[in-house]
Amino acid sequence: MKMTTQLLTAALLAGSLQLASAADITGKITLKGTPSPEIPLPLDASCAKERIDKPTTRLYVVDAGGGLADTFIYIKEGLAGKKFPPSTEPVVLDQKGCEYVPYVFGLQAGQKLIVKNSDKVPHNVHPTPQVAGNPESNKMQIPGGPPFDYSFSNPEVFLRFTCNIHGWMFAYGGVVDHPFFAVSGKDGTFKIANVPPGKYVIEAYHRKAGKMTKEVTVVDKGQTADFTLSVPAPPK
Amino acid sequence: MTRSSNNLWLHCFAVFTAAATLVLVGIGGLVTSHEAGMAVPDWPTTYGYNMFLFPPSYWVGGIFYEHTHRLFASLVGLLTTVLAVWLWLRESRSWMRRLGVVAFFTVVLQGVLGGLRVTLFKDQIGIFHATLAQFFLVLVSAMALMTSRWWQAAQGNSQLLLPSKKLGYLLVAAIALVFLQLALGATMRHQHAGLAVPDFPLAHGKIWPSTDPASLDVFNRTRLGVRDHNPITAFQIYLHMAHRIGALLTLLTAGFFAWSVRRQLGAKAAVSRLSLAWLTLIFCQASLGAATVLSKKAADVATAHVVLGALSLVMGALVCVVVFRFAFHRDVARAFVAKSEHLGDRAVSAAKRVPSTG
Repeated sequence: MKMTTQLLTAALLAGSLQLASAADITGKITLKGTPSPEIPLPLDASCAKERIDKPTTRLYVVDAGGGLADTFIYIKEGLAGKKFPPSTEPVVLDQKGCEYVPYVFGLQAGQKLIVKNSDKVPHNVHPTPQVAGNPESNKMQIPGGPPFDYSFSNPEVFLRFTCNIHGWMFAYGGVVDHPFFAVSGKDGTFKIANVPPGKYVIEAYHRKAGKMTKEVTVVDKGQTADFTLSVPAPPK
Repeated sequence: MTRSSNNLWLHCFAVFTAAATLVLVGIGGLVTSHEAGMAVPDWPTTYGYNMFLFPPSYWVGGIFYEHTHRLFASLVGLLTTVLAVWLWLRESRSWMRRLGVVAFFTVVLQGVLGGLRVTLFKDQIGIFHATLAQFFLVLVSAMALMTSRWWQAAQGNSQLLLPSKKLGYLLVAAIALVFLQLALGATMRHQHAGLAVPDFPLAHGKIWPSTDPASLDVFNRTRLGVRDHNPITAFQIYLHMAHRIGALLTLLTAGFFAWSVRRQLGAKAAVSRLSLAWLTLIFCQASLGAATVLSKKAADVATAHVVLGALSLVMGALVCVVVFRFAFHRDVARAFVAKSEHLGDRAVSAAKRVPSTG
């Protein structure tokens, strides 16, 4: 009994020490170049009633300082051989104003994703994965209907959600097999929390501005990794 | 019950069925143009409802196109069934009765393919569904022609005789090209990749576009639009370019056919006029293809391109059916040659070669 208690105490101590030495990786995604203007969404009559504004595409959401939102940042290399049980906290994807909110989200493989409909119009929730093993499905969600639960067992960046009733509705999930990911906010900043010490390759991936990797070494204090992505030049 | 090969009402019904099928092809084109094929995820039910009882309040957005397509397809299925039964009971020509049976099974297969495309999430089935639709349209259109009084009366019409076997082959080649073009078009549409080549007459700014991974990455990242199409691949660019080259080959083949017929039979011969009308249709179709690209695949333009393509195939196939019927009609051909010899017509003398085909 005494032996067991000692082992348990040692394990807890080791765990807390590791947590204590874990650090955050923070940074900012900046867009270089001027993207084309966003395009107004062709809302039908029923969806127009859901909005008081004039929504547009969300291809490049950039603030005045050049901060680029909706970039998925995650540890791409450095975690090989390590297993991370999926978070028990579900990710929520809403259909609001005939748009998916958020536009880009992160999800751990095996983690629960809840999709709900806050609109007064029906939508169909249609994930279109490209990686084998991630199931495609297509279900109608009526206004006020119960939320749908999803889970994807294989990493896939980006896994697209669409609504075939309203052809402009899209959301993109970055599915990875660990919890070390983030999505840049409106000002382009992000934070990947509680990263264990180690040497990693971090990738910042924006659907249109492309992707970029950086090497980051986490010791026991916060690390910074800023990325500058560019608007692609038109084809030559 | 008396059987006949000359039944006006049956013919009218066959024409109505063919016209309804053309409309159905158009509605199918609207479904893919609006990328609404998956707006109703279940089949044969519609969101769990019997499709005929689906509440109109839910006919919104993409559901409207897909559900209308299903209802109209049901109508065409019903019309085809009635046509097949009618033919079976009242038609004296056994081969015509058998055509009715073929049409019935084709429309059933077509409906099942449409349903499976939705429930199995398979674009490939959609390609086959779209191509079979063209075949079915040709079949019911030919049935409408063959049930007409004109078809019976035209047996002695030497105006519809092709002057040479080679021209017959040329016509078949042109029709095969039109069908190939429609199959290529269906493949492009059902991959949901939008425009693999968004400019015309150049292709991504070049005569022949680059397809290396770096170029493809730039093509995909610079595609900005309301819809998020599947990423274009090198294969899709090749497919698109093949469609363009196919259009040119089809125009040249149909043009050469029309020119040859006119040169040998004169401008007033029925075949000459028909071939010129067909060439005009194909030219309009090619122009609509260019307009589809230039309009960034606007739904109405793209759908018109589908419908005119179907009409091009139907017209070519019906001309082919007519001229080949006479090509194998030895007596008519002999009478035609005798007449041409009497007239000493330079153009018609080439028709001397035709009797050997009978």
